[in-house]
Amino acid sequence: MNIVASDITSQSFDVLIIGAGGAGLRAAIETRSRGLSTAVVCKSLFGKAHTVMAEGGIAASLGNVYPEDGWKVHFRDTVRGGKMLNNWRMAQLHAQEAPDRVLELEAWGALFDRTGDGRIHQRDFGGHKYARLAHVGDRTGLEMIRTLQYKATSMGIEVFMECKILRLLTDSSGNVCGAIGYWRASGDMILFKTKAVILATGGIGKSWKYTSNSWESTGDGHALAFQAGADMIDMECVQFHPTGMVWPLSVRGLLVTEGVRGDGGILRNSENQRFMFNYIPEMFRAETADTEEEADRWYTDHSSARRTPDLLPRDEVARAINSEVKAGRGSPHGGVFLDIATRLTADEIKRKLPSMYTQFLELAGVDITRQPMEVGPTCHYMMGGVRVDAETEAATVPGLFAAGEVAGGMHGANRLGGNSLSDLVVFGRRAGMGAADHAEGFSGTPKPEMEQALEAANQAIHPFSYENGESPYTLQADLQDCMQRLVGIIRTEAELRQALENISELKDRLNRVSVNGGKQYNPSWNLATDLPSMLSLSEMVTRGAIERKESRGGHTRDDYPQPDPELGKVNFVQRKRDGEHSIQPEPLLEMPDELKSLFEDGH
Amino acid sequence: MTEVTMNIWRGDSNGGNFEQYKLERVEGEVVLDVVHRIQATLAPDLACRWNCKAGKCGSCSAEIDGKPSLMCMTRMDTLPDDTITITPMKTFPIIKDLVTDVSFNYVMARQIPPFTPGEPEPDGTYRMQQVDIDRAQEFHKCIECFLCQDVCHVIRDHEVNKLYYAGPRFFVKLASLEMHPLDTVDRRALMREYLGLGFCNITKCCTEVCPEHIKITDNAIIPLKERVVDASYDPIAWLGRKIRRKSKMTAQEAYELAPARVAPTSLDGIPATAVED
Repeated sequence: MNIVASDITSQSFDVLIIGAGGAGLRAAIETRSRGLSTAVVCKSLFGKAHTVMAEGGIAASLGNVYPEDGWKVHFRDTVRGGKMLNNWRMAQLHAQEAPDRVLELEAWGALFDRTGDGRIHQRDFGGHKYARLAHVGDRTGLEMIRTLQYKATSMGIEVFMECKILRLLTDSSGNVCGAIGYWRASGDMILFKTKAVILATGGIGKSWKYTSNSWESTGDGHALAFQAGADMIDMECVQFHPTGMVWPLSVRGLLVTEGVRGDGGILRNSENQRFMFNYIPEMFRAETADTEEEADRWYTDHSSARRTPDLLPRDEVARAINSEVKAGRGSPHGGVFLDIATRLTADEIKRKLPSMYTQFLELAGVDITRQPMEVGPTCHYMMGGVRVDAETEAATVPGLFAAGEVAGGMHGANRLGGNSLSDLVVFGRRAGMGAADHAEGFSGTPKPEMEQALEAANQAIHPFSYENGESPYTLQADLQDCMQRLVGIIRTEAELRQALENISELKDRLNRVSVNGGKQYNPSWNLATDLPSMLSLSEMVTRGAIERKESRGGHTRDDYPQPDPELGKVNFVQRKRDGEHSIQPEPLLEMPDELKSLFEDGH
Repeated sequence: MTEVTMNIWRGDSNGGNFEQYKLERVEGEVVLDVVHRIQATLAPDLACRWNCKAGKCGSCSAEIDGKPSLMCMTRMDTLPDDTITITPMKTFPIIKDLVTDVSFNYVMARQIPPFTPGEPEPDGTYRMQQVDIDRAQEFHKCIECFLCQDVCHVIRDHEVNKLYYAGPRFFVKLASLEMHPLDTVDRRALMREYLGLGFCNITKCCTEVCPEHIKITDNAIIPLKERVVDASYDPIAWLGRKIRRKSKMTAQEAYELAPARVAPTSLDGIPATAVED
């Protein structure tokens, strides 16, 4: 019962955007404002994308709380946080344009919390020198997605929801000009013909056991781009957020916003010590408080006191928590304590952190106005991804663009909190402009090769005809177990090699997966079609992690615990040519001298 | 370890029935965890929606022992019985099992004229005081789980009313626009004539099921009703309009500003055939 061409309906648009989170929607608004027909495809309902879960805020040097803030300070914080592996031009554009993008959200109806003089309030966050995160309590992502969602709705953007893309399609000369996917509700295939494709598919966390990410984060965009021949960079750089819930087990990994620490929350071990003072790295020593008194004073006075080590960049805090637990100073359920109860009044906690209050009360039975939270690292964010041109977000394959988490380079080896939401709107807009230019310069009609579509469609339905195979749920659980154990927060060569072997076996097993029932809204089949992305992504992360024989940002090697200055000058680039998966170091873009000077002493 | 029986509606638009699944209870689980365990072990094709598993996205709406709820925020240990019944939301057409077709809501979203701000300050930015946005921020907490739409008897019991009635979710949306300090569009006549605000007879069922604890009836719908009445009948409303930043619009004028690319029906000159209880 093979799928043939006549089984597939097709739709034509100027621009196809895969993903309806912040980046996808901002891109769509841009292409639509240029008068281009625009389709947005998403795996869930419209408005449920992972952006909705972002809590703490959106980083932009508006200078509303600290007028001395500016793009250069934001740029410097971002690149130092990224351990100098960032694409400097992306980091510069991001720092320069983020304030305008925040104000634009306000002009589209977003209601950020206010300062006393009626401007947008900004909160402190890890790695940011000044209070810089515009926010709405601890539900900033929800505000952002609703604002963009209703703006997009008002502009007549076509949304294809609960639709999964299986493969990007190229024409005979290799230009990306379409995609094949299926509707979850019916299981029917749909083919898009388009002049440009923007990937805005977000993250990858579902390949790990404990993650803050939802079922959607299966690395689809990373896998689609790789298969289409695009260059992928920094795939080893995965962020483990230091504070995920650890109990109950069923919510292990669920995010606890860094805003808790931004608003005064502190980390303690089982001996009631503020252990972060023992983990201040050389790079941040000069600007980090070394006594509790100074750290506490900093919250109200950034000029005479240095910042608390509780707000070191995420990679530092996650490693510190990991070490404390390993040393036997963890909390009862294998995390550490995060205390806000003794730092703010109950009313302040409920006002500033309402969803954290509810989340712990309803899911863990913990009242955070009276008790400390138990937290530990959780797989959170992918710094690596599609290599793009900073100005246009064009990938290395013509017709393909990428923005947001699926793109690499912006965050280097570690992302600062708050820089993701700003990344989405800054580069979502730029990807929209880049794709619009490409579409406007496109002559003729897109001619995606039908054989590619049929191959992808028939691969997708294979589990229905394969009898007595194994369950996709088992395969997923085994992959998650493998990545959690062997490609987690602390890595070694032997474990990574073992992981690569396991992934190869899992890829074989993927051909022997069976699915029962019909194609109509069948979650086991849907999972079976996500597994190829998850495996491809996992392989890229593991290969990258083997090659980067140093510790940098989110990538920590127990067998190479220090950064290697030479490796700090290269991206590891992975690509597929003629079926061969290659990986090699390539030099970073050279930063101009005037920006380099920002990293010298005195700044 | 005790056992629990999950009584789950299985079927599609052609009909269906209840299937029972027996599982061990696990400490700390929510209903959605149990549904996921059923998928992984007993019924791989059992359909349900979910995303964030933290009460933030509003995807996993269903009726648990008859009460419209988020499956991800309903702790198993808060449900006293050893048999728990889960059914899909009743107000929307079934797609499969616990998944319903909620496109009514996306169609309705297009009937609402979008946010339209006035002129910014000379520096290009806007000023708003926190006290002036507190109420609208309450409405912005909405996660679009559509449980309020599900429970609202105006459409739950009378399918035909979906042509004439935006429902609590969109009254909350309209209230957030009405009370947004920067917005300039007057949607009051539109609410009265096209969007069915009058059909709500304030039974507060929507407020009871709202997982974000938005006081939908008291803080959104009743104030909207008052403003609509003021706009239509109040002999001294002209005084209010003098100090109001929005100039008065007819329903048709406001509707022309709406995206409304896919209207549920022609909304022009709707005959008054909706059903009232």
